[in-house]
Amino acid sequence: MLFDQFRLAVDGLKRRRLRSWLTMLGIFIGIAAVVSLIGLGEGLRNAITSQFDFLSADILSVEAQGLALAGPPGTGTATPLTDDLAAKIEKVSGVEAAINRYMESGTLEFNDRQQIGIAISMPDGDHRRIIETMLNVEAEDGRLLKDGDKRKLVLGSRFGQDEMFGKGVKAGDRVLLSGISYEVVGIMKRKGNFFMDAAVLANENVMLDDFGDDGTVAIIGVKVKDPSEAGRIKEDIEKLLRKERDVKEGEEDFSVSSPEATLAQLNSTLFAVQLFVYIIAIISLLVGGIGIMNTMYTAVIERTKEIGVMKSIGAKNSSVFTLFFIESGLLGAVGGLIGIALGLIFAYGLAALGRAALGVGLIQAKVSLGLIIGALLFSFVIGTIAGVLPALQASKLQPVEALRSVK
Amino acid sequence: MKRATIIKLKNVWKIYQMGDVEVKALRGLDLEVKDGEFVSVMGPSGSGKSTAVNMIGCLDIPTKGAIYLDGKNIAHLEESELAQIRGRRIGFIFQQFNLIPTLSAVENVTLPMMFQNKSTAEERRQRAEKLLTMVGLGDRLYHKPTELSGGQQQRVAIARSIANDPEVILADEPTGNLDSVTGKVVMDFLAELNEKEDKTIIMVTHDRYVAEHADRIEYLKDGVIVESKEKRKRMKRRFLNGRNHNLEVRKN
Repeated sequence: MLFDQFRLAVDGLKRRRLRSWLTMLGIFIGIAAVVSLIGLGEGLRNAITSQFDFLSADILSVEAQGLALAGPPGTGTATPLTDDLAAKIEKVSGVEAAINRYMESGTLEFNDRQQIGIAISMPDGDHRRIIETMLNVEAEDGRLLKDGDKRKLVLGSRFGQDEMFGKGVKAGDRVLLSGISYEVVGIMKRKGNFFMDAAVLANENVMLDDFGDDGTVAIIGVKVKDPSEAGRIKEDIEKLLRKERDVKEGEEDFSVSSPEATLAQLNSTLFAVQLFVYIIAIISLLVGGIGIMNTMYTAVIERTKEIGVMKSIGAKNSSVFTLFFIESGLLGAVGGLIGIALGLIFAYGLAALGRAALGVGLIQAKVSLGLIIGALLFSFVIGTIAGVLPALQASKLQPVEALRSVK
Repeated sequence: MKRATIIKLKNVWKIYQMGDVEVKALRGLDLEVKDGEFVSVMGPSGSGKSTAVNMIGCLDIPTKGAIYLDGKNIAHLEESELAQIRGRRIGFIFQQFNLIPTLSAVENVTLPMMFQNKSTAEERRQRAEKLLTMVGLGDRLYHKPTELSGGQQQRVAIARSIANDPEVILADEPTGNLDSVTGKVVMDFLAELNEKEDKTIIMVTHDRYVAEHADRIEYLKDGVIVESKEKRKRMKRRFLNGRNHNLEVRKN
């Protein structure tokens, strides 16, 4: 019975093919927007989260702010941090270690080709382990640096691929970093983080020797003993630096941030964007639903006589209701299906286009099964809700009056 | 052999409100139809003949009075019960054929069975094909109404009307949209249903020759019966043949 009604409903939709399509347009534009934008947003959120893989609640990072020229983080600022600050920060209560981290950009030459690389310093001893944990680095090929390594480098995963120099660098190869020859002892595992994947790790003393020491550092990495105290320690460090750098509160030319806080802020921004998308989508689906309702009312009026005929051959009110209800639900569900298909094409297509244009793997679409099922259900529900009133009107028609109708 | 009364209208009134005017379509109509009888209802337009038939067919309810179907008053039943009666015990044939345009002949005939939900799709299809073959449309089973002539469409409608093997067939001007030749074919089928299948038929018509097919002709004017004309020969023939001798298209 239900199956037959389903078939009748499909017949009903087919006979006004163009109108059915136009009605579904409203739904599938809405659903396509939801699926593609949320899919892209989710992908973006994942990509951004992956940039924060030294994400841990016990790490704070101190950077100078101000005029930012192109270059690695913390460099090119008006008033760089000085290398004596780390020792002072380490004295703040609750701080386990404050580590100077130097960064320099330079040209990396291999196989007669040059690429820009960002050299990052690795300190000796216990601090090395802290930084390694912070950066979460592992060797894919060869090994990581150890104390006493002279003119040895560990390269980010991208340098291990052919695309950078026409041929991938392997452990044991020699490269030129800003004109000086180094031995590569290891290639890092891919992290999906564009900064770390293009990083060049060198021991701190080697970097200071080869690039010169001007007494400034890029970043001071701070490890706290108890993550729950991170907030208090952050304020203490800020107070200390205001004094050291002689700036007033509110006019800081530095920042103390925890990756977690930054990520939370980014997440809330993304959330706001997604909320906006949701609202737009819901409005468009609402309009789509009204479109369905309109179409269904027209269908009921057009088929008044048929409804009369059906009643005269024994259709109950409930049968007539079900028929129109299914039709309406189908408009929603089919619209939803097409919308999902379009949304997937948009999301993955745009992401692929973005990757091709920017050449980085940062932009990924991620459409979850939950999103797909949710979108389908939602469109079906909109269709059925929009169909209730018209279907009710159809079912309540008086048989004799319906039969008398001209149409 | 005395036949039982299957339909009885007793003092039936139907009053419509059309704007400010009160239209009295039926004014105390009395009518009795016996099981297996073929009754023609004639009368000028506005005489209330269609209204009367619609009442019997449970499409409309009277303002006043009683309508008995097999002794049960159906004048004040719920819509769902009325739908039940329409579906199982009454078959309708309309002047406009009233087939569903998107459905094939077989599907149109299947529809009343579908609404009863008592048989499988396959059983329904088989019965629909058998009924259509019976009305001479065995080669038109899967044609849409638009691909059929008026006479053929009305034959599909006849097949549809007996899909659930009802006791009563109500025909409202069944030949009204047909030329005399195709009209005669349709009337022959109706006569056959009455004679061989023993269906009770009540037919509204304004065509004297068409009305002649019936056992009895009732003339309506201003919502009451003004004249009744009994014919005997057909009754006799049926008595000779006996009842229900042809069970071929009966269900089960």
